[in-house]
Order: sequence, then structure tokens, then C-alpha cells
Amino acid sequence: MALETDTMTKDPILKVDHLSMRFGGLMAINDLSFEAYRGDITALIGPNGAGKTTVFNCITGFYKPTMGMITMRQKAGKEYLLERMSDYEVNRDAKVARTFQNIRLFSGLTVLENLLVAQHNKLMLASGYTILGLLGFPTYKAAVGESIERAKYWLDKANLTDRADDPAGDLPYGAQRRLEIARAMCTGPEFLCLDEPAAGLNPRESLALNELLRSIRKDTDTSILLIEHDMSVVMEISDHVVVLEYGQKISDGNPEFVKHDPKVIAAYLGVEDVEVEEVIEQIEEIAPGDTH
Amino acid sequence: MANISQTNEAVSTNLMARALREAFYAGLVALGLFVLFVGLKTDQNILNELILVQRWGLLAIFVAIAVVGRFLTVAYIRPWFEARKAAKAAAPAVEREAGFVTRNFTLLAVLALIVYPPVMVGLFGFQGSLKWVDNFGIQILIYVMLAWGLNIVVGLAGLLDLGYVAFYAVGAYSYALLSSYFGLSFWLLLPMAGILAAAWGTVLGFPVLRLKGDYLAIVTLAFGEIIRLVLINWTEVTKGTFGISGIAKASVFGIWSFDVSAANNFAKVFGLPMSSAYYKIFLFYLALALCMLAAFVTIRLRRMPIGRAWEALREDEIACRSLGINTVTTKLTAFATGAMFGGIAGSFFAVRQGFVSPESFVFLESAIILAIVVLGGMGSLVGIAVAATVMIGGTELLREMNFLKQIFGPDFTPELYRMLIFGLAMIVVMVWKPRGFVGSREPTAFLRERKSVSGSFTKEGHG
Repeated sequence: MALETDTMTKDPILKVDHLSMRFGGLMAINDLSFEAYRGDITALIGPNGAGKTTVFNCITGFYKPTMGMITMRQKAGKEYLLERMSDYEVNRDAKVARTFQNIRLFSGLTVLENLLVAQHNKLMLASGYTILGLLGFPTYKAAVGESIERAKYWLDKANLTDRADDPAGDLPYGAQRRLEIARAMCTGPEFLCLDEPAAGLNPRESLALNELLRSIRKDTDTSILLIEHDMSVVMEISDHVVVLEYGQKISDGNPEFVKHDPKVIAAYLGVEDVEVEEVIEQIEEIAPGDTH
Repeated sequence: MANISQTNEAVSTNLMARALREAFYAGLVALGLFVLFVGLKTDQNILNELILVQRWGLLAIFVAIAVVGRFLTVAYIRPWFEARKAAKAAAPAVEREAGFVTRNFTLLAVLALIVYPPVMVGLFGFQGSLKWVDNFGIQILIYVMLAWGLNIVVGLAGLLDLGYVAFYAVGAYSYALLSSYFGLSFWLLLPMAGILAAAWGTVLGFPVLRLKGDYLAIVTLAFGEIIRLVLINWTEVTKGTFGISGIAKASVFGIWSFDVSAANNFAKVFGLPMSSAYYKIFLFYLALALCMLAAFVTIRLRRMPIGRAWEALREDEIACRSLGINTVTTKLTAFATGAMFGGIAGSFFAVRQGFVSPESFVFLESAIILAIVVLGGMGSLVGIAVAATVMIGGTELLREMNFLKQIFGPDFTPELYRMLIFGLAMIVVMVWKPRGFVGSREPTAFLRERKSVSGSFTKEGHG
């Protein structure tokens, strides 16, 4: 396992360089650099307000970063600078898919329709931008059949086949989380960003989620970046962990290394009295940077 | 057995006693409330002096209404509602097999529309059928088409458009102007009006689609007014408020004409007596065909990726963008398609009236079309068609209610109550069916069985 990860480390799929994001006077992310490797599950963790979701929004084009560069390198070698692209292009061209912290399903569409909407661009092309499809050309019918097959595959993986014809809003919470991941996978991404996929799940649903994520890594060549608070999920399935605090990276490495990093322990559990001075020094180092 | 009837008796006497008591209290409260409001009235007499008029009779009527109303409510109406509720709860929840009419509603409706003109001619004769085919038939069909067009924008894509009538106006004036200035034929101008309206939809769409919700609604409303004001003030071209009259009639694909003077006049060719009914019947079938085409296109579009993207846009725009859907072009296509339907309906309106003026395209029209879409159930073609029939047909029917004059006196004009009844009907429908006549949505694809999606899951959209 460790060997496999080591050989993988040579091939970064996503490179974040000196990323900064400022909202008015608030520096949400401050000069953050890290890499995510192809075939890995990379976890982005940190206390509340550390800027994890902001990093996500920058990567997926929903925010324009104040500074920095985000490079996505596809398997074929093509590179995309994500900070220059708009949100839908990040998915369509760069093949980066995402889910949301507060689930965003199309609740009035059925589960199957949700997965078909995710294949919009492919179907749009097959339907000759609607015109050929409207005239009933067979190419479109074939493409729809193919899309339904793909949707079936992911329904099966997410264990939702029985609910395929029910409205997405009618599913229980855990199933909605899995459907959102399945929907993101239906766009055919090379890089999948999951924003707190285990939030609010009970232990059994959490287990089902872990299984789904593992099978994504095993059966597809999609790399995963996830934000997570649930340490059991992070430690169990991730290959590489990046820890954020106050918009800065404080630790980066495999789960075992990060778990024992004193900085991480300090961030999560607070620091002892002896170290307070040290922390104040660190803060003063950051503070002048803020005023520039 | 005797025991049970005894207790029943006891309960009912108890209820009567309570009803009487509550009625008495209600009477007291009413007396206290109304004694100064109704019982006494200050008035001026001939000498401009303030005098107190006593109206004990009126006060007695008010109190009596309160007493009787309270008594009936407590003694009869409430127990009846409770009994019905209990009976409903007790009865097992059996899914009733949908009847023949419900299952084949669409087919039956289309058949009924096809036989409608001959039946009307049979009943009222050629001249008598004019009103029924034209005022009811054609007018309702025009509104059905308009509402189906707006349905794409509001019902499917969830973009609240209050200026839809602008595209209707563009279609009508395109036909009126191009046929009077350049003499182009109806069959060329019908698609052209649609395309021109779609172009205007796109033009409007570009700046407006950055806006959301209420802001979008206000800007589209303004756009509708701009078009109307241009039509009024650009007098050299549109003749302003006088409107354009003498618009050429449509012909049967150029083979038979409906112009009285033309050699190939329909009635002359077939040796029939002259009547304007043929033209109206022809227009009726043409409107029906256009509506069928619109329905076919809408149903097909819903199964296309673009149609699904519209509905997804209504549900969650951010999720759409995260899935690689370009929401700007998706919104623009919704606007353009809806506008195209409006434009075609507009050119048809012009050819039917033979006259267009800016007065036909006021905001009230937009509001009526939107009301039809909302009442019918956003996204549902059948529901919207039913709503259009009820709303437009109902208000037309009020013109026919001359017998009401015998009840309310000769000064009573039922047409004036049209809007009042329109509003009341809307309130009743919205209370009774908050999601419109057809509140559920049909899924566009299914794996095992087609289950309609309850209206409680679908969203109305917010931009």
C-alpha cells in the first residue's frame, strides 16, 4: 500500500500554488500550496473556519482567488489553469467535479433524471444541440441508452437502484449524499472534490459512503479530494492529508504522520501554557502580512 | 341497543344546549359590537344639523345573523365536518382505478376539439356558430399557445417573466407590418414572426439573465412596457394608437383565398353561400394544429438534454453549474423558445383580428397568461390547457349571462364583473389546489415504472 502511494506521488493531478483568497479585510486563505496526487484520496482537514470550503470553491471556479495558481493536469497530459476558468468550464473541460456541504440535488427530478442531467454536455452533442434530437435522429436515442446504462452503473454502486424512479427529495439523508456523489461521477471527472460527504451520516451510512469512495478509487481512475471532519473516515480511507488552520497549511503528509504532528494536535486540541509564547510569535509573523 | 340510542340522545341534547348557549353569547357580542356602529348613525338634516339616526331594525338583522350563524355552525356544520373526517380516516385507503375519461383525457379533449366547429355549425347554423368558434374556440386556443410558451420560461426554467406580452406584440406587429408593407404571405410570416420574437427574446435575455427572482421579474415587466411604448410612439411605422388595420387574411396554402373579391374565393370555388364562418372555421383548425405542434415540441424538448437542463435550472442553479452546464445559454434558449411560441401566437392573433393596436398588449395580458400558467400547474400542458379554457372561456361566458339582468335589474352588466370573478376563481383554486390543477410532474425518463413526482418536491425556481 505504502509502496503504491510512493510511486504515485510523482504524478500530481492538482497543484495549488501560493493560493490566497481575501474577502474584504478577511484573509480566508493565505499563501496556500499543496499537491494532490493521481489515484490518491487526499483529505483536506482543519478546524471550523480554517478555509477548507473556500479552497474548494477556488478550485471548482465558484470563487476567483485573489492570488495564486491552480493547475489541473489531466491523464492525457493536458493542463488547465482552474483559476482562470468559470465554474461550469471547470467541470466541462478540466473534468473536475464537486459536491456541496449542504446537499444540492434537483429534488423535484427523479434519481435517474438527476444522473441524466449530469451527462448534459455529452447528450447535448449527441442530440445535435437539440435540433437532431427534436427531429428524432437515432444517434440521440443510442446516446440516451448509453447514458442510462452509465446511470445504472452508478445507481448500482451507490446502492440506489430501487429508488431510481423516486424524486431525489424523497430519499433519506444518507442516500442523498450518495446520490450527489454518483451524480458528480456521471459527469466523468478525473478529479472529484467532496465537501464533507460524511456530515450528518449515521455510522451505517458512513460505512456505505466509505465503501463507495473506495470503489471509486479502485474501479475508476478518478482521484479524490475531500474535506472531512469525521476523523475515522479521514484516517481510514485517505492516502494523503493536508491540514489547514486560519487559511494556512500547518501539516502535509500521510495520515500516520499528520496524526502525530504536534502542530496538528495543537490546532485541534489547543496548546499547553508553555507553548503560548511560541504561538503568539507565530501569529505576529502572520499579522503584518495581513496589513499589506 | 337502547343504551346506545340513549347516549346518542344525550349527546345530541347536550350539543343543542351548547349551540343555543354559544348562539346567545355570539348575539350578545354582536349586539355590543354593532350597537354603536350600526344601531346609531350620525347624519346631517336639511338645516345642516347633526342628528342621531336610530336603526334598530338593521341592528336586529346583524345580531340575528350572528345568532343563527353561530347556532348552525356549532349544531350542524362542525359535527358534519367531523363526521366526514372520521369516515374518511376509517375508510381504508384504496387507490381508485382511474376512470376511462381520466386515463384518456388528452385524446378525448383533442377529439372534442376536432368535432367542435361542425357541432357548433349544426347547433347554431353558420352565422350563429361564428361566436362560438371565434370568441370561444380560437381565442382560447391562442391563450393556450401563449400559456404553453410562457410555461417553458416560468414552469420549466423557473424564470419569472412578467413581460411576456412583449413577444406576443412582436409577433403580431411583425405579421401586420411585413404583410402590409411588403405583401408577404401568412405562411412565410408565421415562422418568421416566431424567429423574430425569439431574436427579441435573446436580445432581452442577454442583459437581463444576470438578474434573479424579483429583479428579473421587474426588468421583464419594464421590457414589456418598453415594447408597448415604442409601438405607441413610433407613429411613422406603427401608426401609433390607431393601430394597423386591414391586415391580409390567411389563405389555405395559397390555393383558396378568403378575400371576398378574389377569384379563388373558397365559397365561390365550392359554390357555397357567402359566409365569414368558413374563414373562422379554417382559423380554428389552424390554431388547433399550431397548438398540437407546440405541445409536441414541448413534450419532445422536455426529453432532450436542454429540457432536463431547464428543469434542473429551476431546481438548483448552482448545482447545474457544478455539473458543467452553461446556465447562461440554457436560460437564453428557454427565453428564446418561449418567445418563439409567443411570436407565433401573436402573428396568428393579427391574422384573426385583421387589426392590431398597442392596446391589445398591455400588462394585464401578461398577468392573465401568467395566471393561467400558475393555475394550470407550472410545467403541465394539460393543466394549463384546462386553466385557459376555464379562465378565458369563463370570462367570455359572462357576456352571455343576460338572464342575470332579470334578477339584478336592467342596469346590471355581467361583463363588468369579469375581473372580480377572475380574481375570486384564482383564490378558490389556489386554496383548493395550491400547485394548480395538475400539481405533479411527469418524469422524463424512468427505469422501471413512471411515477409522477408530487408537487411538494418540485421547486418554483428563483431566477
